[in-house]
Amino acid sequence: MRPPAWLWLPASGAVLLVVVPLLGLVAEVEPDRLPELLTTQASIDALLLSLRTASAATVVSLLLGTPLALLLARGRWPGQSLLRALVLVPLVLPPVVGGLALLFTFGRRGLIGQHLEAAGLSISFSTTAVVLAQSFVALPFLVLSLEGAVRGLGRRHEEVAATLGAGPWRRLTHVTLPLVAPGLVSGCVLAFARALGEFGATLTFAGSAQGRTRTLPLEIYLQRESDPDAAVALALVLVVLATVIVGTVYARTVRPEPAA
Amino acid sequence: MRSGMTAGLAVTALVLTACGSGPDTEQTLRVGAAASLQEPFEEIAEDYEAENRHVTVELQFAGSSDLAAQISNGAEVDVFASADEETMERVSADVAGEPTVFATNTLTIVTEPGNPRDISGLADLEDVTLDVVTCAPQVPCGRSAEDLAEARGVMLTPVSEESRVTDVLAKVTSGEADAGLVYVTDAAGAGKDVATVPIRDADAQPNRYPIAVLTSAPSDEAQAFVDAVTGSRGQRILDDHGFGLP
Repeated sequence: MRPPAWLWLPASGAVLLVVVPLLGLVAEVEPDRLPELLTTQASIDALLLSLRTASAATVVSLLLGTPLALLLARGRWPGQSLLRALVLVPLVLPPVVGGLALLFTFGRRGLIGQHLEAAGLSISFSTTAVVLAQSFVALPFLVLSLEGAVRGLGRRHEEVAATLGAGPWRRLTHVTLPLVAPGLVSGCVLAFARALGEFGATLTFAGSAQGRTRTLPLEIYLQRESDPDAAVALALVLVVLATVIVGTVYARTVRPEPAA
Repeated sequence: MRSGMTAGLAVTALVLTACGSGPDTEQTLRVGAAASLQEPFEEIAEDYEAENRHVTVELQFAGSSDLAAQISNGAEVDVFASADEETMERVSADVAGEPTVFATNTLTIVTEPGNPRDISGLADLEDVTLDVVTCAPQVPCGRSAEDLAEARGVMLTPVSEESRVTDVLAKVTSGEADAGLVYVTDAAGAGKDVATVPIRDADAQPNRYPIAVLTSAPSDEAQAFVDAVTGSRGQRILDDHGFGLP
């Protein structure tokens, strides 16, 4: 069914709101200087570190988030809605609050950090801290997309598999997971993109050292102080990466409804 | 938001004219100042408003570079006070007249309360078992730290280089870092949360804070605010907050 035509009016407002600032950023880029600005050691270090840590954070989200999403979607147990609410909190937290929470947990004097410190394990100022911060903000994206996908699936296929004698593990690995694969992929990609853009928690919790904790967003923030052109160039890289990542996933998972 | 503000001002002006409140119309003076100036500038602005009843001072505190970028991009600011001369230099096209240096600041070492690692000076920070945090060389406090270390022949290997001096302080007050280099004013502001270890002769290389009236509003009110900062009362307030005087 075709939506009312006048929806285009507010909808184009929405597009302008998002797209025009991105164009503003692109317009600021000096194409001639791009290669020079993007190939400084600091830029390369930041980009590589970001790709590495965001990948690690995605793996962490996948390994921990998948079981949680399945339990939230399929299980029925006390405290389920409360737990769902809690897991989604990082989505709405101001980044610096996330950073503080991590600091008071994994910092040198933190709840868990003080015991790790006593055991000779220091997380502060390490790449591990960056991955922790990124996982903290990225995990809800994976849980949310996967849980939605599993719920949208309905139980029919699983019930059929059960009547054919498939146990819980076999139903999960041979029926449910293959069917929600697109949801899983888009969850991973969103988590990766979110991890790539993580800023506040990293800054608060992990610090900023070249090649170790200074990710792309932190490098942009720092360069803006002394070399705004370099900051804009790096920002462009981040925008392009995010667009490509999110774009490829949505192109594959959100197909237009077939024409009737 | 600016148009809303302009509209608000216009309405205020209309109402005031309608009431026939005399020649002094209500004015807003916009002052952009380095974040480290927050406390003294709030006091100075209060004094200023008491003496210039027709003016409301709107203070905006942020990193000097942030403010400079906003000014270069056309932000309507009447007076700009920066944490170093290099940043003021960046907006020289927008400055009316000459910037005046009105305060100085120097670096100091802060450690956990009680100084458990027994740090006595800059050279002690070379110890690689210490987690030392400084500002990045791209920002004023980091430039100062680098200059100071170089002048003393000290090799610093910070575990983190922050973009703001307040972030350095936070890493020390939260106990994540063993020591950090911050301005004496920040150390004073942190009070009992840190121990301060003075750096010998650090004031030989101070940070100089310039203030200037900007071309967008070369008004008497803007100049009067600069005078209030550079005047004896403003200088006393800055002194009270640990700033050095030029």
